[in-house]
Amino acid sequence: MELVTTFVSQAGAKLNSVRWRFRITPMRLVFTGIAAVAIAVILVRFVLGLGATTNLNDQWPWGLWIAFDVLLGVALAGGGYGTCLIVYILRRDKFYPIARSTMLTSLLGYIVVVLGLLIEVGQWFNFWRPYVSWGHASVLFEVFWCVSCYTVIQILEFCEVATEKVFKGLHKYLKKAMPVLLIVGITLPTLHQSSLGELFYLMVGKENVLWWSVFLPPFFLLSSFFVGAGMIVIESSLAGKALDHKVDISVLRGLVKISGGAMLLYLILKVVDIALKGTLANVFAFDLPSIMFLIELVIGVIIPIIIAFSSLSGTRKGLLWFGILDVAGVILNRFNVVFTGMGKYLNQHGGHYSPAWTEIIVSLGLVSIACLVYLFIAENFNIMGHQGSEVVEPKIEGVDYASTAK
Amino acid sequence: MAKGILVDIPKCIGCESCSVACKLWNELEWDPQEKTKTATDRAKEPNNGLWPEEWTSINRYDLQKNGSSVGRYVKTQCMHCEEPACVSACFSKAIQKLPQGPVVYDQKLCVGCRYCMMACPFDILRYEWKKAIPGVRKCQMCPTRVANNMETACTSVCPTGAITFGDRDQLLAEAKKRIKGNGYIDRVFGEKEAGGTSWLYISDTPFDKMRFRTDVTTKPLPSYTEGYMKMTPFIGGAWATILAGLYIFNNKNKEPLE
Repeated sequence: MELVTTFVSQAGAKLNSVRWRFRITPMRLVFTGIAAVAIAVILVRFVLGLGATTNLNDQWPWGLWIAFDVLLGVALAGGGYGTCLIVYILRRDKFYPIARSTMLTSLLGYIVVVLGLLIEVGQWFNFWRPYVSWGHASVLFEVFWCVSCYTVIQILEFCEVATEKVFKGLHKYLKKAMPVLLIVGITLPTLHQSSLGELFYLMVGKENVLWWSVFLPPFFLLSSFFVGAGMIVIESSLAGKALDHKVDISVLRGLVKISGGAMLLYLILKVVDIALKGTLANVFAFDLPSIMFLIELVIGVIIPIIIAFSSLSGTRKGLLWFGILDVAGVILNRFNVVFTGMGKYLNQHGGHYSPAWTEIIVSLGLVSIACLVYLFIAENFNIMGHQGSEVVEPKIEGVDYASTAK
Repeated sequence: MAKGILVDIPKCIGCESCSVACKLWNELEWDPQEKTKTATDRAKEPNNGLWPEEWTSINRYDLQKNGSSVGRYVKTQCMHCEEPACVSACFSKAIQKLPQGPVVYDQKLCVGCRYCMMACPFDILRYEWKKAIPGVRKCQMCPTRVANNMETACTSVCPTGAITFGDRDQLLAEAKKRIKGNGYIDRVFGEKEAGGTSWLYISDTPFDKMRFRTDVTTKPLPSYTEGYMKMTPFIGGAWATILAGLYIFNNKNKEPLE
């Protein structure tokens, strides 16, 4: 009987069709435009090489693409493993509603990183070499294995979501595999987030002592963890506008407090590090590195800690400020490690580097592509409103025939 | 026996025969933009006169010694560290240290990440930025010659004995003998720098005035990250076990998510 009424109310609807939709807005057109220019530049890079499309040189073999696409991309995607840890391992179920969107951001972040790397390396077609020719003494070897394996794990984790809509038969197998995927999917990023920091430990005497530290691995790990909440706050406020979906304020505040705790630990470790190295004079030398270091710590860590543990984090505005400062602090940190920290040494005999417009447009283009894919997935899969155990809510489009029939 | 080369800076007259021999033996191209440059120009260049096709460069420094001005020529090239940072930085084993001393690069294995260039304590490695399929370029220390008991191309043509090829240990002893008196500075650059290098330098003018990195660490660079890489599998294993334990514990009396 019910079945019949369902059919009646859905006059002309196709029962088994999978529907896709993608709204076009001015912002999305801008993203598409940037992406198109970036793709053109990328093609030129593959035909003519790095010299034609970047300002990289023998004094500055690493530039914007490493700092932005790789170091920053991996860090900003750190919210994924952090949320997995909090939600699935520690079972803080309160944060479950944001789990899927955060993991999606993380996945897209890593895809950007992997694509960015393929563009950045000289012999991209040789990317698989480290799988067979093991340079296992290299920290980069560890980063390479962990990042590539983790990207695959994240794709599988997303397949668990995707199979709710397409290839539904595989869903139950993926669901069974989830515990293993989750555990491996937290272990790998923990390792490579720290290793990205350790990469710079080899540059002893080249990297400014303000950033060169035996604690580089925990610094990179902790900052990738605490930037997660910042990203989630910003993302939920942006996606809230674009997709008309708001995350509960108590969920965000809880995350911000966890993040603030990690920041406090980070700050203490920074102080210990300064004491151990005896670099207090460098911190307050008020030359360029010192000023950048202080901005990074005060704006990016101390003020966010104050926001997190005061009444300021009780409002959406306060939370958003936490997010902006948190993310800006980590951006500044990664840029400082690559540029400010290396500048004095690499420029000592007249070397110089500033990113070419082509480098900037490629970086922006990769981010634009990620944003477009995010919006597409969020509109077409069950990401934002995902609350768990309840039956999937019947939606207007692509109505789930079976659940309505119940 | 590991080979090495001793550079006796005051003995060099700047004839650049070594550069020519290097070009010929390694079949390196002549770069038109290099033709007009003098040894004094190259000493001031950011890249120390080293280009993808210039594996060695003779650079001239005008210095003061005992009140009179002297010109000193410094041969620059890869130092061929005993324990090279570039080798430990390479994640695909494209750079390797041969038992005879040379640090060699194989483009077939190279991904092109350029971590070696960032890691090199002497900033010697060069990249073929202008090529669509670029590789790292640097002095290879004539590995096919050295492995066959021949000396390197550059040392074979030096007319003044400023560069001498031999067993590193013997050269080090020779260097120490030469720097006793004769106005030399009491330091063999390369004995301990970066954990020791195959190329050894002695000089009668201060090293730091001739772009030598005198403040470089004396610890072998690979030792900085060795411990970290050895610990990683164990930390990873332990962390995964802890996560699995927590997962089971926290999910015991709870409804599974979804």
